[in-house]
Order: sequence, then C-alpha cells, then structure tokens
Amino acid sequence: MATRTRYAPDRGLTVRMTATMFLLGLVFVAFVALIIGVMSAARVSAAGIVLVAVIFGGGMAFASLFYSDKIALATAGAREVTPQQEPRLHGIVDRLCALADMDKPRVAIAPTRMMNAFATGRNSKNSVLCVTEGIMDGRLTDEELEGVLAHELSHVAHKDVQVMTIASLLAIVAGLLVRFAFYSEIFGGGRRGGNNSQAALLIPLIMLVSAVVYAVSFLLIRTLSRYRELAADRSGALLTGQPSALASALVKVSGSMQRIPTQDLRKSEPLNAFFFTPALKPNGQGLSNIFSTHPSLEKRLAQLAKIQQQLGEITPDKH
Amino acid sequence: MGFLDVLFGRTKPVQPKLDDLFALPSAAVQLQAASGFTPTGSGSVCFRAVEGKTFTDIQKDVTDLLDMDAEKGTALPVEVTRDSYGFTWIVSNHMSDEMDGLVTDLHAVNSALVDNGFGPQLLCTLVAFRDESNRPLALVYLYKRGTFYPFAPLNERQQTRDNTLEIQVKGLLGDDLNIEQDLTRWFPVWGAPGL
Repeated sequence: MATRTRYAPDRGLTVRMTATMFLLGLVFVAFVALIIGVMSAARVSAAGIVLVAVIFGGGMAFASLFYSDKIALATAGAREVTPQQEPRLHGIVDRLCALADMDKPRVAIAPTRMMNAFATGRNSKNSVLCVTEGIMDGRLTDEELEGVLAHELSHVAHKDVQVMTIASLLAIVAGLLVRFAFYSEIFGGGRRGGNNSQAALLIPLIMLVSAVVYAVSFLLIRTLSRYRELAADRSGALLTGQPSALASALVKVSGSMQRIPTQDLRKSEPLNAFFFTPALKPNGQGLSNIFSTHPSLEKRLAQLAKIQQQLGEITPDKH
Repeated sequence: MGFLDVLFGRTKPVQPKLDDLFALPSAAVQLQAASGFTPTGSGSVCFRAVEGKTFTDIQKDVTDLLDMDAEKGTALPVEVTRDSYGFTWIVSNHMSDEMDGLVTDLHAVNSALVDNGFGPQLLCTLVAFRDESNRPLALVYLYKRGTFYPFAPLNERQQTRDNTLEIQVKGLLGDDLNIEQDLTRWFPVWGAPGL
C-alpha cells in the first residue's frame, strides 16, 4: 500500500552525489590501472614503493576510522558527560534518537567558546556526539540547538565518517606516493646508476600522476563533503520538523565564526570536516567554494526553505 | 538503513507502528492483578510538532474530535501541552476502568497524524498507573520500535528512577506486551503530562 509521505528524497542531490562518487571511483580505477602498468614495466623498483604506499595508506585510513571518536575527542579536548551532568543535552538527544529509531551515541562537551558541534565514530554503537560549551551557553534557543543536534545525528545515521574515510583513502595513497617517489628520487637515484634508465624515468612519472590524482580526488572529496552536509541538513530538518529553527541556528553559528580569536581556530583546523559549520572562514567567495568542506550558507538556507514548503503542503504526494 | 541510503546520505523517516497499542488494556489487567498498580485513566500521545499552519490545523481537528466525547459527557476534555523540549503532548483523561476508551482516543490521535503524512513525528505514547502508596508508573510505547517500556520516576529533581520496579514490571508483562529488550532505549520522560 502506498503511504502518504512528506519526506520524499531529493533526487537532484542523489544524482549529484552519485556523479561525484562515480568520478572518484573512475579516478581510482584509472590510477590503479596505471600503477599496475607501471609496476609491470618497472618490475621491482616502483612496485615496492607502491606496495608500501598502499599498505601504509590503508593502515592510516583504517586507524583513523577505528579511532576516529577518540582522536576527535582528544583533539577537541572534549570530555564525555553523563545524563546527570547534562540532563538537558541528554534529554534532547534521547528524544531525537527515539524519533529516528537509532542507537544513542555517547555525548561529549568540548571546552571552547566557539559555537560548534560534531559527530564521529566508526559505527552507530561507537559514535560520539560532541558539542562545544559555546553552543550550549544560551545564544541558541533550545529549538535551534535541537536542529544542530539533529544535523549531527544525521551524520551518524548516514555513516559519513565511514564514507568519507573510504573516499579519502585514494587521496592518502596518492599523497604518500608523491612523497615516497620524491624521497627515493633524491636519496635512491644515485645508487641505481644509469643502467636502469627506464625505472629512473618511471619514478618522476609516478610522481606526476600521483600529484594529479591527489589534486583531482581532493576536489572531488570536498564536493562530496559538501553534498553530505546538505544531506545531513535535510535529514535533520525532516527529523525535527523545524527547518526554520535549523536555518536560524546556521545563521547564528556562521555569524559568530567571524568573531573568534585565531588561536582557537588554528587548533580546530583538523576537525573541520566534521564540524557543523567550518571553523575557518574562506577569504573570498567564488573559487574558494570548490575547496570548501561545507556548502555556502545561502545554499543551505535555500534547501531548508524548500523543505519548509514541502512540510507545509496540505495534500502531500503519494509515494 | 540500506546500503544505498548510506551511500546517498539519506534517511527514510521511520514510520510508526500503531497496532501494538491495543495490547495495553489486557496488560493493564495483568499489571493490576500481579502488582497492584491501577491505571489512573490518564494517557498521552507525544509528538514533535511540525512548523507551519498545516500541522496546527491537523492538531486542532484531532482535539476537536476527541472533545466531542467530552461534550457528550463520557470523557473529560483533552489537554494539549508543550513540554520544555518543544514536544507536544495530547493528554486524554478517562475513568480508571475505561482503558479501552483511553486507548481508542490515543489511537485516534496517532492515526490522524499518520493519515496526514506526519507519522514520523510521533515519539511515544504514555499510560499512567499508580499503586496504593501512590507511586507513579508509566508504560511508554515507542512508536518507531513498536515496543513498550516501564518508567518509574523516583525523584524528578535528582532524576532518579526506580529501576527495581521497572525491571519487575518488565518481567510481569513480558508475555502480554512487546517489551523493549534494549535497556538503553528506555529513555526517561521527566515531567511528562498526565504521569
């Protein structure tokens, strides 16, 4: 039986996200094919470097995924809080989790005046939701705070940490290859001598290709990250049924970013991709948008306005 | 959530399960016989209101419908309250022996939301009980999981709950109700109206 729903998926967003992931996969396949070609041509010398980069890169990605919650909490200097310590925060998270029928993540607070929140963890059982003291200090209304938390819980539900880790794997490997090839060129070049000129040529080639792959995958990952943010905004707004509250929270949090002392900002840089809004303001508009982990405020507000309209329809579409 | 939903970062809002609610009247009889807790006749539906007039209109239609019973003198008028978390509670009050009527009222509220496409906004339904020494107990129904759990507040200010009583009730009603097995889902509803 078709049930009435006001919660139709956003097809445009799905299509754009699919295209980004397809391109990322394409780059990956092309890269692997090329490396295999290079390996077979060069036999020993390049193969070792590639193998080490893949193992090392894979290990790094796995470790960062496995310990993502601990790493993020330690970087932010956050501490976990019990329901007795923060009944209000836990109460909101309890209700949102019951609405969304998901496991409740651990809840933590980071001691910074900056207004922000992030969620991380390798799976729903091991995830942690962290808010800053700044966001809890009353500048946001309860409804706005609820919107922010719903956005973060959507990141957990969408398994964004896993998805972004897998997406970043390629960039990590390519980045390592550039570095390894560079060092082996400097330190190992002399030892090989002139008798293996083919391999000597291949090292700079790997370097060049890896650098290009790194740049392209970097841009694609940033694009993917922006789409994931829009998706989390969307699910969060639908969960609470209050897109306007989330929109006004976004405005408040983005606005407060400009007044933050720089030292805090520099410290927070590694966490940027998981934050509710990025702690670093891009200087100019336009080109800086394609390097950004988060979509522009205008785009996020426009999407929320659309959801507001959708929720207000008197007779929703049948699906 | 399926693999594709994760891949595309979309959550399908969870639709509520409604029918299990009708197991409540027989469970109430069982509870009274085994532990002395009697229904207070008060029950409530809790949901997250959606912004905008469409939702407000639906909410008004439901309360009007339930109040028609009150005008006939068979029930008390319903109360609509908003808790400090921004959730709306529609409280229906009946005589303590009218469990069937109460459940029918609660079901009318949730089916009205579902029919208008707002099913995912339903959070829980709560039916209140007391024993001779006036200890409060609530059976909470989680719409998204279709399960019940007991909630026995001891001291609201210190936020302590009577876990012994809750576990005891879980044991008593295990055959009558679909009890939530995952204890981490037994979230407290402090200050719930009608409790």
